[in-house]
Amino acid sequence: MISSDDSFDNKNSLNFPWLLQMAWRDSRKNRSRLLLFVSSIVLGIAALVAIYSLGDNLRQNIDSQAAELLGADLQVSGNRPVTGNTKKLIDSLGTERSEERSFASMILFPKSGGNRLAQVKALDGNFPFYGELETIPATAGKDFRLGKQAIVDQTLMLQYNAKVGDSIKVGEETFGIAGILMKAPGQTGLTSSVAPSVYIPMKYLDQTGLMQKGSRVAYRHYIKFKPNTDVEKLLKTIEPRLDAADLDNKTVQSQKEDTGRSFKDLTQFLALVGFIALLLGCIGVASAVHIYIREKLNSIAILRCLGVKGYQAFLIYLIQIAGIGLFGSILGAGLGSIIQQFLPIVLKDFLPFELTTGISWPAIGQGIGIGLIISILFAMPPLVGIRKISPLNVLRNTSETSGVEKDPVIWVVYILIILFIFGFSYLQTRNLIQALSFTGGILGSFIVLTAIATGLMWLVRRFFPSSWSYLWRQGLANLFRPNNQTVILIVSIGLGTLFICTLFFTQTILLNRVKLSSSGNKPNIVLFDIQSNQKDAVISLAKQQGLPADETVPIVNMRLESVNGKNGSEIKNDSLKKQSRRIFGREYRVTFRDSLTASEKMVQGKWTSSFTDQSKLVPISIEEGFAERNQIKLGDTLLFNVQGAMMQTVVGSMREVNWAEVQTNFLVVFPKGVLEEAPQFHVLLTRVTSPEMSARFQTALVQRFPNVSIIDLALVLKVIDELFSKIGFVIRFMAGFSILTGLVVLISSVLISKYQRLQESVLLRTLGASRKQIFAITALEYFFLGAMAAATGIILALISSFALAKFTFETEFKPELLPVLILFLLVSGLTVFIGLINSRGILSKSPLEVLRQDV
Amino acid sequence: MNTILNLEQVSKIYKSGDRSLTVLDNISFSVEAGSTMSIVGPSGSGKTTLLGLCAGLDRSSSGKVELHETRLDGLSEDQLAAVRNQYVGFIFQNFQLMPTLTALENVMVPLELRGEKNIRPRALDLLDKVGLAERSHHYPTQLSGGEQQRVSLARAFSNKPQILFADEPTGNLDAETSEKVVKLLFDLNREAGTTLVVVTHDLDLAAKTQRIIKIKGGKIISDTQTK
Repeated sequence: MISSDDSFDNKNSLNFPWLLQMAWRDSRKNRSRLLLFVSSIVLGIAALVAIYSLGDNLRQNIDSQAAELLGADLQVSGNRPVTGNTKKLIDSLGTERSEERSFASMILFPKSGGNRLAQVKALDGNFPFYGELETIPATAGKDFRLGKQAIVDQTLMLQYNAKVGDSIKVGEETFGIAGILMKAPGQTGLTSSVAPSVYIPMKYLDQTGLMQKGSRVAYRHYIKFKPNTDVEKLLKTIEPRLDAADLDNKTVQSQKEDTGRSFKDLTQFLALVGFIALLLGCIGVASAVHIYIREKLNSIAILRCLGVKGYQAFLIYLIQIAGIGLFGSILGAGLGSIIQQFLPIVLKDFLPFELTTGISWPAIGQGIGIGLIISILFAMPPLVGIRKISPLNVLRNTSETSGVEKDPVIWVVYILIILFIFGFSYLQTRNLIQALSFTGGILGSFIVLTAIATGLMWLVRRFFPSSWSYLWRQGLANLFRPNNQTVILIVSIGLGTLFICTLFFTQTILLNRVKLSSSGNKPNIVLFDIQSNQKDAVISLAKQQGLPADETVPIVNMRLESVNGKNGSEIKNDSLKKQSRRIFGREYRVTFRDSLTASEKMVQGKWTSSFTDQSKLVPISIEEGFAERNQIKLGDTLLFNVQGAMMQTVVGSMREVNWAEVQTNFLVVFPKGVLEEAPQFHVLLTRVTSPEMSARFQTALVQRFPNVSIIDLALVLKVIDELFSKIGFVIRFMAGFSILTGLVVLISSVLISKYQRLQESVLLRTLGASRKQIFAITALEYFFLGAMAAATGIILALISSFALAKFTFETEFKPELLPVLILFLLVSGLTVFIGLINSRGILSKSPLEVLRQDV
Repeated sequence: MNTILNLEQVSKIYKSGDRSLTVLDNISFSVEAGSTMSIVGPSGSGKTTLLGLCAGLDRSSSGKVELHETRLDGLSEDQLAAVRNQYVGFIFQNFQLMPTLTALENVMVPLELRGEKNIRPRALDLLDKVGLAERSHHYPTQLSGGEQQRVSLARAFSNKPQILFADEPTGNLDAETSEKVVKLLFDLNREAGTTLVVVTHDLDLAAKTQRIIKIKGGKIISDTQTK
């Protein structure tokens, strides 16, 4: 007699070829459906592969174009002209040198009278040595240096409707426009809209009259070395001398690293957004597989009757899902490789070089690997239940799935999923905290979205509109049908809506904030670079034009040399100090006055209005946040280099500053009596009440004081708008993946429940419903679905934007309702459209046909 | 003759919360190898539950079930699966063919599970015996009810089972088709020398077996030899 020993364990053991064969056979009649499940991950994989390929291509492009990015082998830059030994040093370097002086200045198009702040770059020599200044006509990039000619950024040319051959006034000198500047080394579409460039030959710079004392000019020296020179090695020998002269340097290698780093951040961000689309797709897969397995219950029970073991049945379906996951991933990888051909168009404004795209096999491999793992992981929760399906289901038609939820293996699967998300984000960011917060954020937002979706559904059920007509009620009730995918649809479509909506709200908040800061009687025009001898004349010009103008604010540029006697390199070597070395590298714009302004408040120490005792340290006031960030306390001594003259100061007070106001706000304020004789320029704030007034004033000002620069808040608004439309394009592109994934999940869920819908619709037809009525019920169902999804996204976007406005931008948030309404209708409409298109078959079936059909 | 199936004081009690429902109450009987018997009784009498216990699809709450000298109550789910594959064949009221497999593949599955080789001719031969050789590549949905049941007969005999359990094998068929299927069932059974246990309402069908056990309310109320 055989008892409960293991005599039955060895027979009928794992027979892999047979399992494969069974998986293949069993999938035969369901392949199109299985494909449908997996279509939800295709887009996510496509997004990832596209972005990985982009990253790969970027790396290759940066490597091959790094010299063109910099335009030279070495760039040495500083904020004063080099003199003496430093000049000798630079002049001794390389085989060819070029100098550029760059500063912000107003430029004027005499033909149209248009003027705007631009980045003027005076160029001497043959820069760029690698690549070129791309211009229309192409020769202009070199030839403009031959005469009194300029090349002008295309943004400016377009804005002022200027043509090659027109003239442009820079300072006191007028230049002929030799060409339109399309691209310069290292320049991107973003920089050209924030600070469009105008190149002029260096020899005419003095004649512009813009090189006055106190002007903020960047001096750049571009150097070309003999081929095969080890620039890095050479740089090591001269770097201390450059550092001592406050000169920064960039080599092809460091430029490559910097550019690579910033694009790595970008592709990382995009990869994470793409991953969210993939996760949404996976949840779609999980719920589709859940329904699929439920329908397979009987087949599995038959197999179990015939002697198939639990884990064998499990493996049959696992193989199916893995196979189809692999197929979907390959499909996604193919699609991604196509999409990445278009990414350069999406990102063109961020790219400082021409991006050539090629197929990236590592990206494709990675995408397929991730797709395979993630489709298996997410299908696992419904699959593990197969092991517990009793053969008894064959005798009794009960779907005995209870107990599946209690299966401890399911928790292992959940933990694996979380670990996978964490592992993925860690591989992307290589930063534990970021990976943890991404994983936490994903879980959190899915929970919140699910909670809102569930809450909305609960509300609908709780307050079910029983007084509505039958069609409306039936449409609404359909959302609660068994095996519905309502929540996952609301979550995925809602998430896409959330992205787009938040982007829009943030844009409005920022624009409103700028608008708000110029409302009332607050200044909306800032004039800077006013020379000391011009300030009275500028004030009187403003007054003549009827503009409020009382006093200019003096500004002195200086650098910080040391804190409590320690300089940058000492602090760098001191591991205990938390100060950033960067506080030494930058230029400080400092003012001096005897009182606080309306936007300032004393928080610590004692304000000194004027200083006379030259034997003591100069008591200065610093901004509270700056002190906190750099761990500077009252009584600390700071040594400033005021354009060559050293000045020892002591922190005497700290101020809280309201930066939100359009005001001349300062990190560091000196008392009166110290900086009066230092090289300085002045700033004047004033207010115009109409665009015409602004144009009149600006033209008059540029003509009389060409060196004075104007920041018009209208221009700032325009720049913010442009920036957002460029960044927004990228974000909308990525949010599109999420919404599309949602729609694909919708398509698959409609098709999965097709049979059930078919039966219902036939039953209704049998009971006398017209096609029109069935159409209306179906349309209403999808409208409710889309509406709830859009509402979920919009509600969350409102909450997050409100928080953003209140806590980050510290401004009030008044959402514009019309665009939100349009988005709401768009998302709902799209859902109805997709739903109906996929229900066509159901609507057109005759009742008789269905009677003949078997499950 | 050997005993192939032996039940001793088998009970099946379903518990739901505090309440318990006794579906089978102290059932004992044994079946000789190669014999035919039927279990009859009204709906809800416990026939199907009894069949489930005998065939190793379910476990008893108490008592002993022995199939082919193997005690089923101590075996794991997977060991039970192996017992079914080796010794047991099934025929169901609603045919229970795998909808995704062709007729031929349905017949082949039990043999494939045993890892047997060269099974195609045997499966085709069985299909031929039930008169469906021509339809071997059709899917269940392409077959009529009678045809589906004939495929399931072929499947049931494919692994040369020691014992065949049939649950209302004609329940979903019309009189004429029923007659054909029943004839086929008994012919194949005789030929293979398999033990046959039929659960049915149909007294005419029951009368064709050598022994009839009547149950009611979970208890055996009669056990008669017909032949």
